[in-house]
Amino acid sequence: MLIVRLLFKNAFRHKFRALLTILSITIAILAFVMLRTVIGAWYAGVDASSASRLVSRNAVSIIFPLPLSYKDRIHQVDGVHLVSYGNWFGGIYIDEKNFFANFAVEPRSYLELYPEYVLSSKEREAFLKDRKAFAAGRKLAAKYGWKIGDIVTLRGTIYPGNWDFVLRAIYRGKTDSVDETQFFFHWDYLNETLKKTAPSRADEVGFYMIGVTNPDLSSAVTTAIDQTFKNSRAETVTETEKAFQQGFIAMSGAIITAIEVVSFVVIFIMLAVVANTMAMTSRERTGEYAILKTLGFGGWAIGGLIAGESVIISLCGCLAGITLAFPAAEIFKKALGMYFPIFTVEASSLVMAFASSLAVGILAAIVPIQRAIAIRIADGLRRIG
Amino acid sequence: MEEKPVIVDVEHVKKSYRRGQHIIPVLEDITLCIREGQFMALMGPSGSGKSTLLNLIAGIDRVDSGTIRVGGIDITPLSETELALWRATHVGFIFQFYNLIPVLTAFENIELPLHLTRLTAKERRLHVETALAVVNLSDRMDHYPAQLSGGEQQRVAIARALITDPAILVADEPTGDLDRRSAEDVLNLMARLNEESGKTIIMVTHDPRAAQRAQTLRHLEKGVLTDADCQAPF
Amino acid sequence: MFALFHYSLRNLWTRRLTTVLTASGMALVVFVFAATLMLARGLEETLIQTGSYDNVIVIRKGSVSEVQSGIERGQAAIVESLPYIASSREGKSLVVKEMLVLVGLPKRDTGKISHVSIRGTQGHALLLRPQIKLVAGRLPRPGSFEMLAGSSIARRFKGGGLREELYCGMRHWQVVGIFDAGNSGFDSEIWGDVDQVMQAFRRPVYSSVTFKLRNAQDLDAARKMIEGDPRLSLEAKRETRYYEEQSEMMAKFLRILGISLTAVFSLGAMIGAMITMYASVATRTAEIGTLRALGFGRRYILTAFLMESLLLGLVGGCTGLFFAAFMQLLTISTINFQTFSELAFRFTLTADITLKTLLFSLVMGFTGGFLPAVRASRMKIIDALRAA
Repeated sequence: MLIVRLLFKNAFRHKFRALLTILSITIAILAFVMLRTVIGAWYAGVDASSASRLVSRNAVSIIFPLPLSYKDRIHQVDGVHLVSYGNWFGGIYIDEKNFFANFAVEPRSYLELYPEYVLSSKEREAFLKDRKAFAAGRKLAAKYGWKIGDIVTLRGTIYPGNWDFVLRAIYRGKTDSVDETQFFFHWDYLNETLKKTAPSRADEVGFYMIGVTNPDLSSAVTTAIDQTFKNSRAETVTETEKAFQQGFIAMSGAIITAIEVVSFVVIFIMLAVVANTMAMTSRERTGEYAILKTLGFGGWAIGGLIAGESVIISLCGCLAGITLAFPAAEIFKKALGMYFPIFTVEASSLVMAFASSLAVGILAAIVPIQRAIAIRIADGLRRIG
Repeated sequence: MEEKPVIVDVEHVKKSYRRGQHIIPVLEDITLCIREGQFMALMGPSGSGKSTLLNLIAGIDRVDSGTIRVGGIDITPLSETELALWRATHVGFIFQFYNLIPVLTAFENIELPLHLTRLTAKERRLHVETALAVVNLSDRMDHYPAQLSGGEQQRVAIARALITDPAILVADEPTGDLDRRSAEDVLNLMARLNEESGKTIIMVTHDPRAAQRAQTLRHLEKGVLTDADCQAPF
Repeated sequence: MFALFHYSLRNLWTRRLTTVLTASGMALVVFVFAATLMLARGLEETLIQTGSYDNVIVIRKGSVSEVQSGIERGQAAIVESLPYIASSREGKSLVVKEMLVLVGLPKRDTGKISHVSIRGTQGHALLLRPQIKLVAGRLPRPGSFEMLAGSSIARRFKGGGLREELYCGMRHWQVVGIFDAGNSGFDSEIWGDVDQVMQAFRRPVYSSVTFKLRNAQDLDAARKMIEGDPRLSLEAKRETRYYEEQSEMMAKFLRILGISLTAVFSLGAMIGAMITMYASVATRTAEIGTLRALGFGRRYILTAFLMESLLLGLVGGCTGLFFAAFMQLLTISTINFQTFSELAFRFTLTADITLKTLLFSLVMGFTGGFLPAVRASRMKIIDALRAA
């Protein structure tokens, strides 16, 4: 199309300036996409969680346990088909910097409840057989170079002492959105040890994970479970896994909001730079616009030229930024993978980036267009020569 | 008639420009001398090298070979920094397009070269007011160039050129952008400066009317002076 | 050289739109930079103020925070009998046994649940924490179900205000007093009688024992005694250091995020400044030639243009800083990753941050304007004049 070619030629008339502007936009878009991906990563836990799994914990305080004896009573509630349980262990591997989620679970029921953790049947058997075994996500094992058969020691914080575990299984996620950085081991190992060292803390469960037969039954089951334990020694509060994760996110709400705000600040910086370039460019072309007017081109046509040029520059920068976003995300993942187990650039971020660039391109052209339309031919011509 | 001393002495000057691969010769062996108080016009077709010669004498370009002495000082071997300092006090420039600083008022434009000297603000003010009076623009001193007509801008430029009492005034097409009336005013001013104050003026011009006002006329064609030099009486 | 400054300023003023746009870009970057520093500082200040230099906190060995810790009554009694503990004027030993529980309470504005620290403590706790002042109501009666709420809780949580009621541990508790703990973490806590709290939550162990040292230098000796005792498996820390550690992860996270963001943004803004200055140089080519012809040297030209971009940076910096200063009116509340409990802190602007920010903006201006200024200064006079 002739017009597109013309716009391109115009945009790159001043190559150096065009390149600098595009570079600036590229950086801005890159930052924008990364920020949105960080926010997405924060919510990844929520997305990965299921609506047909429920979490039950002590109503009084999240740090209080529930009795093991609740297991059977939960099983008896209508709609419940699977019950698993676990305790947050919070152990430290070598030092606090190496942070990853580690907890004790009832292994058979847990694996059944979480089919998205995929293990080879050989490793599954080995894991279930050995009480001191632990299973680790693929990313976690890779980060520390753990191989099957390795002994790993965690320093307990909630349950003091040094605890040894043997790696018997490495799981991978069924889809991209599954967290592959978890470390879980046998609940019995924890409990049997506690019976010997701190018997008052034995037979206590941190949380119950419950599988319902039908996700539509979730709210009914939730209410039923809590009702069962109302007015007993440890009241429960049950919610869907999704709601549970969302609760945690909500508590970091302020930080997430801050990051969202900052991602929009980037767009404004971009706008300032592009608007500046367009203002300068069109000021220099005042004479040309005057000539175009004498030839019969109206204000709209000139406006279109300016806007078109502006949009082309923006979109070029957007494209470059998006292209760089993918390798950048990889680097980010390697550096901060432990804080954000799931870190993928989502289509929604890219769409937002594109839309923002388009908007910036158009907005940046507004003042120059106004000025160009207002030129009186005689004044414009005087500027030449 | 007394012979005034030679103030500009150009000897066997050669100058070429490089354009990519090509070397374009502009001046071929120019020898010229100008005496103090002389008003000389340099004429010639475009591309003859007259502006180049002017630039060399004014110290804003360097010769390929030969020497140029102005006011007794050989400016050929001077460094960029030394030339800058020399220009500030020895040369006054008058350009075709006035070349005033748009963000400064007439007063400030004229004052500009004085910032390179050690005069106090009060002393500078005095000089500028005097210069403004000479060019008859005392009432426009706080106007910006955009608010002045072409002729007025050129007169401000002349005042600026005079302010440090330079040895020579160089003018490159001073009336090139002016209408007939303003051109007259500017030329009258220049003639007055030459006759009454004895200013040495070297002017490059196309305009025969301008050339008429000068005492001496030299022609440049294809980088060569086509008439006699200093030995001949002016 | 005053003349230079004047000239640069005039030029910026003449091309106002461009100046405003470029400076705005830089102002935004500066805003993010300053806000980040202010946030991290606010977090630090909150946690530093939460501790006293001459207090020692004792928790179970290996627990990272009070929440995970458990100290049995017998062990607590042994700690209480240590020789290093200071006494009040009335002769009371300045040591408290406390129990911390995390409870979910609904926020006033959103109704969402957030985890709040309930601290079961003893009456003389305030003696160990002189930075805390009772600002409304009265102290709870010992052995009652009355509570003291931190002013941050009173403001932001339902049931946390004076004479309101909280429901937790399957009981109703009445808030009879509000305390102001300044910017410290205590301001986000609710205090009650330790025995009642332990009973209500059915936790027969303490979380921590805190005491005031008679002599601040005795820390090492006291620590040796506690950690070396075979009957105890406890560790002792200076209170200030304990709270510092609590925020390390968060502060580091905030700083890294903020600084890397700013670094990236500043690149964008600097390029914006570069574009502006290049255009400025291009438009004023004839002017540059004229100035050089008149005798102004290369260095003068370089300085003039550099000064312009520095001024741009400064304008952007001051603007960004001005708006960042308003952030001080905001309070951020979030969950501390390490302790899992609610933490409220503000943006804090210090002289140090102001200086750093202004310096940063000047650096941006300088870096953006350097290459264009060099180009301007290296022009050949006759080429520049020809552009007229």
